[in-house]
Amino acid sequence: MAFRGVDYYEIGELLSDEEKLVQSTVRSFVEERVLPDIARHYEAGTFPESLIGELGQLGLLGAFIDGYGCAGMGPVAYGLILQELERGDSGLRSFCSVQGSLVMFPIHSFGSEEQREKWLPRLARGEAIGCFGLTEPDFGSNPGGMLTRAQRTKDGFVLNGTKRWITNGDVADVAVVWAKLDGMVRGFLVEKGTPGFSARRIHGKFSLRASVTSELFLEDCLVPETALLPGVEGLRGPLTCLNSARYGIAWGAIGAAMACYECALGYAMDRRQFSRPIAGYQLVQHKLVEMLTEITKAQLLCLRLGRLKESGRLRHTQVSLAKRNNVVQALHIARMARDILGANGITYEYPVARHLLNLESVYTYEGTHDIHTLILGQDITGISAFE
Amino acid sequence: MKILVPIKRVADPDNANKVKVSADGSRVTSEGLEQKVNPFDEYAVEAALRLTENGATQSREGEVVVCSVGPKDVAQTIRGALAMGAERGILVDGADDAMDANVIAAVLEKLYAQEKPDLVVLGKQQVDGDSNQVGQILAERLGLPQATFANSIELADGGKACVVGREVDGGVLRVKVGLPAVITVDLRIVGSKAIANGITPATHAYPDAPRYASLKGIMSAKKKPIAEHTIASLGVTEAPRIEYLKFELPPKRAAGVKVESVQELVEKLHSQAKVI
Repeated sequence: MAFRGVDYYEIGELLSDEEKLVQSTVRSFVEERVLPDIARHYEAGTFPESLIGELGQLGLLGAFIDGYGCAGMGPVAYGLILQELERGDSGLRSFCSVQGSLVMFPIHSFGSEEQREKWLPRLARGEAIGCFGLTEPDFGSNPGGMLTRAQRTKDGFVLNGTKRWITNGDVADVAVVWAKLDGMVRGFLVEKGTPGFSARRIHGKFSLRASVTSELFLEDCLVPETALLPGVEGLRGPLTCLNSARYGIAWGAIGAAMACYECALGYAMDRRQFSRPIAGYQLVQHKLVEMLTEITKAQLLCLRLGRLKESGRLRHTQVSLAKRNNVVQALHIARMARDILGANGITYEYPVARHLLNLESVYTYEGTHDIHTLILGQDITGISAFE
Repeated sequence: MKILVPIKRVADPDNANKVKVSADGSRVTSEGLEQKVNPFDEYAVEAALRLTENGATQSREGEVVVCSVGPKDVAQTIRGALAMGAERGILVDGADDAMDANVIAAVLEKLYAQEKPDLVVLGKQQVDGDSNQVGQILAERLGLPQATFANSIELADGGKACVVGREVDGGVLRVKVGLPAVITVDLRIVGSKAIANGITPATHAYPDAPRYASLKGIMSAKKKPIAEHTIASLGVTEAPRIEYLKFELPPKRAAGVKVESVQELVEKLHSQAKVI
């Protein structure tokens, strides 16, 4: 039986025809092209590279950008895309978040016309892959402390520093690298093969195994004047990108949660212990109801968030609230699903442990759960608790 | 080349086991089930698109007009086909209950007269009613050649005819029909090499499935026109010829019986099941 989604409050009614069509298209794509193979990739620790071209052809890369070969979808449609992709796997959704929100978005928003023309159509088609270099080994939640430096020379800029936990880092054709130039954070487009630029894959992950994670090294890496993103200065640059990505993550987490809930519900109906299906026991029903309730709340949060974004009124703290809530709830849901599945829950046969472990990363990346708590705490009290 | 593709929405066939019969037995209800395009019709759209494009360069080389008869919200089903790449849509407003294959064929006859397509390509049957009649009745009404259960279509004679592979018991029957014609399609019509239009290079292999609506397709479908008619405004006066008397679910199967011995099994198979 095909996946019909979880829609207890008939939220589907609030979507436009176009949004529904986007959702059903991506849902079929995930059902037919992603799910049959994703557990094998996860176990092998490989990204399903063969899907990149298809993601491009469907228009799922940078879908919210208007022009340059992109579809120009609204924020709700973009959210639904990421939700459906993450029902497949958080790694796949991460790929699209990075390519769209963290690479294409800054090139589109802060890049020169030449940079846009050069990169956006290829990135949209999936012919080029991008990565986003902000986090450093010693600077995660505090990006402003970054050590990576850019120095102006007569030929351009010389970059020095290390970036870590970079999705797609060692497969990327272009890296959006953030570095301090005269004390001010600036963005640079560093192309694969630039002398002094190298990347190394990070192995040994329990989480996001169907996703490439890398470390980037910049050692006297000389980039031309045209590598600089001219349109932004300061942390506002990377933080705007992260805000767009976090918006997508809030939606994506719902996809992972729905996958876990559906799986747990089906399993509980089939699995008999003592005299009847375990779905007939109060403790199991309680878990299933908790899961459904949190999914429904998360869906309503996201839809409202999307409509706010559409009307240009979205505040970044509102995104923090949704990312913070939806990811932690998805994580709880994945754990409850694992519990309901018993021993089967830890195998590759079922998606729940995969989602559970993936969500541990999602909980931490793009602003940890705790950092979003402090962002919101500061917003409502006016008092910063960061330092 | 211009192709008319009639499509119908049906209750989600993946959840067909949730279809119910109304309490008074007067109709089948599918409330709460998602409406989707009939799978054979989706294949017909795919076949029509492949016939009218260069598959390698993805350039459009003809026109596909998609039509559907039903309540206003079939517009969404039509949009789905436009998002796949069809050029235009036609919606004929009509209540689902007031139609049978004969009425639909009469409506399509009028649309054919308006559009004058080179081909009408449609699914061999609907997965809800399963009547498998519309294509055949339409061809008869129009006096056109027909090729049913197509699993391949090859344009021939400089676009004046089609060689159609038909699924028949134990093999494939190849027939040549002059255009215009009516073709109803079977599952294998979406095979990677099932369509040859003389434009797409023979080396090009399609995926073995109908295409996904791309996001750009979905965006451009918003701007594509859907003309609206009603059955009456088209001048169709046919009434359904089929009257449904009563619907009922198959009787529930009685519980099985456990037997103690082979002897008893043989006895029961003989005396009760009467199979030996």
